Amino acid sequence: MQQLAGIAASNGIAIAKVYLLEAPDLTFEKTDIDNPEAEIARLEKAIEVSKGELEKIKAHTKQKLGDEHAEIFSAHLLVLSDPELIQPIKDKINNEKVNAESALEETATMFINMFKSMDNEYMRERAADIDDVTKRVMAHLLNVTFPDPALINEEVIVVAADLTPSDTAQLNKEFVKGFTTDIGGRTSHSAIMARSLEIPAVVGTKNVTTTVKDGDFLIVDGLEGKVILNPSDEERQAYEQKQAEYETQKEQWAKLKDQQTVTADGVHVELAANIGTPEDVDGVLRNGGEGVGLYRTEFLYMGKSSLPTEDEQYESYKAVLENMGDKPVVVRTLDIGGDKELDYLELPKELNPFLGFRAIRFCLERDDIFRTQLRALLRASIHGNLKIMFPMVATLQEFRDAKALLLEEKDNLLSEGVQVADDIEIGIMVEIPSTAVIAKQFAKEVDFFSIGTNDLIQYTMAADRMNEKVSYLYQPYHPAILNLVNNVIEAAHAEGKWAGMCGEMAGDPIAIPILLGLGLDEFSMSATSILPARTQLLSLSKERIASYKDEILSKGTAEEVVELVKSITE
Amino acid sequence: MVEQTFKITSAEGVHARPATLLVQTAGKFNADINMEYNGKKVNLKSIMGIMSLGIPAGSEVKITAEGSDEKEALNTLAEKIKSENLGE
Repeated sequence: MQQLAGIAASNGIAIAKVYLLEAPDLTFEKTDIDNPEAEIARLEKAIEVSKGELEKIKAHTKQKLGDEHAEIFSAHLLVLSDPELIQPIKDKINNEKVNAESALEETATMFINMFKSMDNEYMRERAADIDDVTKRVMAHLLNVTFPDPALINEEVIVVAADLTPSDTAQLNKEFVKGFTTDIGGRTSHSAIMARSLEIPAVVGTKNVTTTVKDGDFLIVDGLEGKVILNPSDEERQAYEQKQAEYETQKEQWAKLKDQQTVTADGVHVELAANIGTPEDVDGVLRNGGEGVGLYRTEFLYMGKSSLPTEDEQYESYKAVLENMGDKPVVVRTLDIGGDKELDYLELPKELNPFLGFRAIRFCLERDDIFRTQLRALLRASIHGNLKIMFPMVATLQEFRDAKALLLEEKDNLLSEGVQVADDIEIGIMVEIPSTAVIAKQFAKEVDFFSIGTNDLIQYTMAADRMNEKVSYLYQPYHPAILNLVNNVIEAAHAEGKWAGMCGEMAGDPIAIPILLGLGLDEFSMSATSILPARTQLLSLSKERIASYKDEILSKGTAEEVVELVKSITE
Repeated sequence: MVEQTFKITSAEGVHARPATLLVQTAGKFNADINMEYNGKKVNLKSIMGIMSLGIPAGSEVKITAEGSDEKEALNTLAEKIKSENLGE
């Protein structure tokens, strides 16, 4: 047996065989053939099998992510039925007497190069589609597996260098028991998706893909961030027991599902969940969430070829609001840019995308896109308890401008005779240090704050959270962070407003007592963290921790803070 | 042979979604159907042919159909173009 250490990205233990999700080896030799009919029949069969797979992937995507996301596969299917692509391949086999592999590759390469040379970014992207579908056909010609997460139909652990959001969205929970990757951290997209799918995951193992091979047996320990390759019988039994204990623990937590979160000294705090799609609401309710503290609307805009329409957005927002009933739903307006790109907008590449043209900065300039989202939100507002927040606000002027646009669209809707709720709270994400520092001034104008710690920490510590070399600077308990958080909470309370947190830190068992002591009102986290957090909060005394507040905030290092908090809460 | 000229009014031009619909529709007929834009003529049953035209908003395209069901083909395509707000 062999063990790899990584980052625990999603809780739980998975035991199953490896499914290696990597680019297959598609090398072949160009050979001369003497039976073109047989060669063409081989090509046609490979195309038919590929089409069958694409139909399945399309159906699966449609069911999981909706029509919009499935459309790309309709286009892929048409490529495989395209006479302009298929006929030249057949002609080549007939005229040049070459094998199907080389005829396919030469013809596809010609089309790919043609699309790549077009002066339109969107058309250039289509080269990737042709590449993708012809690779699938090639794999069938060569009889090698073309890995596809949507086609998995037995219990496996997916092993990949990294998983894109669309890869992760295609994972079928019934068969995919867990996953592990070479790269990524707790806040990377694959990790966030794993938690919303509730499957165990260990990311950032550096070299799991080169260590394991298809069919190996694997244990993914998402509790401790370990991956065990080909375990002995004893080890496997030990882990099966650990898995059973975790299941028991989960059952214990489940009993708290419908309970309010009240501390040992009788203080109520709200435990909410972070979501990305309307489908995530199920998990929120199943895990006893008291609201949605962060609805990331980016997913509506991603993995598509054009902007979502007002009606499409309205349907998604309405679905979330209706399913949450009277529980609050905080929607974050479009946070695009940074590491989240939209190809179809053709935004220029930036040297420092995290410090660049993104989120509210983008929305205020492209107010056509922003207004569409605001109108969809306002129309949906009558279906539940909607609160709206703007991301990446750095100045009071940005908030005022964004709010003015919102109110303008509200007036427009009302004058068109469309109903809009009149009690929508309007707040901001606090993730830029400048805003945290002058939270007092902001508190007079906003209805609430939600502290986004993933970005706040990286901006305060000047450390890229994607860069493993400086990941040691990602310190949620650093006194600088805690003082900023405290400043925001105090500012909110002085104006009778509320302060929440929607970063990873809000669900962290070490941070929870500190945040409670500082007076945080709402904790928004991955749905699966809610019940463990509730269990922990029930036994904590806010008053006791708050009496150490000054001492906590005046510590010099994160380690000293942790030591003190542990001594108070033990 | 029948033909008709359309003005593309959709803000994004003939993008993946409308191109997919047109090709799917054209594929249902026996007639040879072509689309012409900017001096280039492609088979409307070919998704890559249509996308290779890169038709932007505001441009004029001509669709021609020739074969036993040419009239029905052209009418159906014209309806699709209007109902999808692709052009007029």
